[in-house]
Amino acid sequence: MEWLVLMIVIVMLLSAVAVLLMKNFIAALAALSVVSLGMSVLFVILRAPDVAMTEAAIGAGLSSLMFALALRRLGLWKD
Amino acid sequence: MRRITSALFLVGLAVLVAAVYQQMNLLVTPLAGDAINASAGQQVGAGNIVTAVVLAFRGFDTLLELTILFTAATVGGLVLGKPRADAPRDPDAGFILQAGADLFFPLLLVVGLYIILHGHLTPGGGFQGGVVLAAAFFIPVLARPGTTLDHHAVSLIEGLAGAAFILIGLLAMLGGEVFLTPLLDKGELGALFSAGTLPLLYLAVGLKVGAELAGLLAQLAATEATD
Amino acid sequence: MDLTLIFYVAAVGLMLIGSAGIVLSSHLLRIIFGIALLETGANLLLLLATYREGAAAPIWVNGKFPLAMADPVPQALVLTAIVISVGILAVTLSLALRVHRAYGTLDIRDIRQRMEQDIADAAGIDMPGSSEAPLPVYSSAESGS
Repeated sequence: MEWLVLMIVIVMLLSAVAVLLMKNFIAALAALSVVSLGMSVLFVILRAPDVAMTEAAIGAGLSSLMFALALRRLGLWKD
Repeated sequence: MRRITSALFLVGLAVLVAAVYQQMNLLVTPLAGDAINASAGQQVGAGNIVTAVVLAFRGFDTLLELTILFTAATVGGLVLGKPRADAPRDPDAGFILQAGADLFFPLLLVVGLYIILHGHLTPGGGFQGGVVLAAAFFIPVLARPGTTLDHHAVSLIEGLAGAAFILIGLLAMLGGEVFLTPLLDKGELGALFSAGTLPLLYLAVGLKVGAELAGLLAQLAATEATD
Repeated sequence: MDLTLIFYVAAVGLMLIGSAGIVLSSHLLRIIFGIALLETGANLLLLLATYREGAAAPIWVNGKFPLAMADPVPQALVLTAIVISVGILAVTLSLALRVHRAYGTLDIRDIRQRMEQDIADAAGIDMPGSSEAPLPVYSSAESGS
């Protein structure tokens, strides 16, 4: 159990650093979604299925959608 | 110079957090949680104890959270303003997105309403189901950018649902109890019609959140970035 | 390795990375990414109080409540916090779009300069000088005898 959590945490922290360092904004948005996804798995491991569902729906769904819409309007949705 | 001070700030924050970790007792038993776990079944009648905490034990916090969402949606609408009528519109999306949007709309509606109505039995509830409903109403706008969401209907649903939440809370006061005490019969634990007014409260919350977020997304999608 | 320590490091690490993003970035969208990371880390830190060893989720399953259940109060608080983070994100993205419409750029150093200039022009006063600007050379030192 500890190794699973450790792997998920390492992936999450590396993706969080990648959010801030990547030049391409689409890649940064994808890394933010990876952080949200890892977060919802951690919430399930912490015995909180309600919160995991909310984080998955809002973090990986609605939040990324709002960022994508804003990026498109700002003209940053490109390579 | 700015980089050095920023790095120093972060080092100081890390030291502070390490010091807090030394002193803090994580994973220690707080006072209220076990008492709520033991008594929520009989007292509230909901199968999902987190729902009982959100709506029955801490219902006022949920009302304030709805206020925060309403404020955020209002600020979004005020700051972005109305798009001009002759603004250039995005072209229609391809066949896959249009067909997928037509297919997904009833499915998302059913899934969202299911999650909302079963909030007191299984993990779920108003907020999760409301987000799914918002997606259900926004995806057709994504597929065909020419069609705008009917903002009057969305605002009407949002206002009525919020008023319904407050009204159900006020009805408890008419009975002489505290604001937002759960009313109605508790029913049998685990049945769909149980836990008094909790499903109705979550239905109001779900409709309000769904309408609000759909309106906000439509506003973000329709705005223009440059004058 | 202790499970507590790993969760704590994750929460604090995310908060630190988010704070670093807010403080060190110059692009407005990176700052908003940093705000989202900071909120996610804070939610995880708050939820650490819900875990019990060998406990189950506080849900009615198969006709009975489990014997040992996790604490429901931090879960309810984090539910509220996640929805509030969506609201905050909506407000900041709207403001970023509006700023881009007004100034055409998203670099906060440029925006701050031009905003202070606009405010100073509208108020009819001089723009406040930066504390890092070089000191003016006094011409009286040359003309005096």
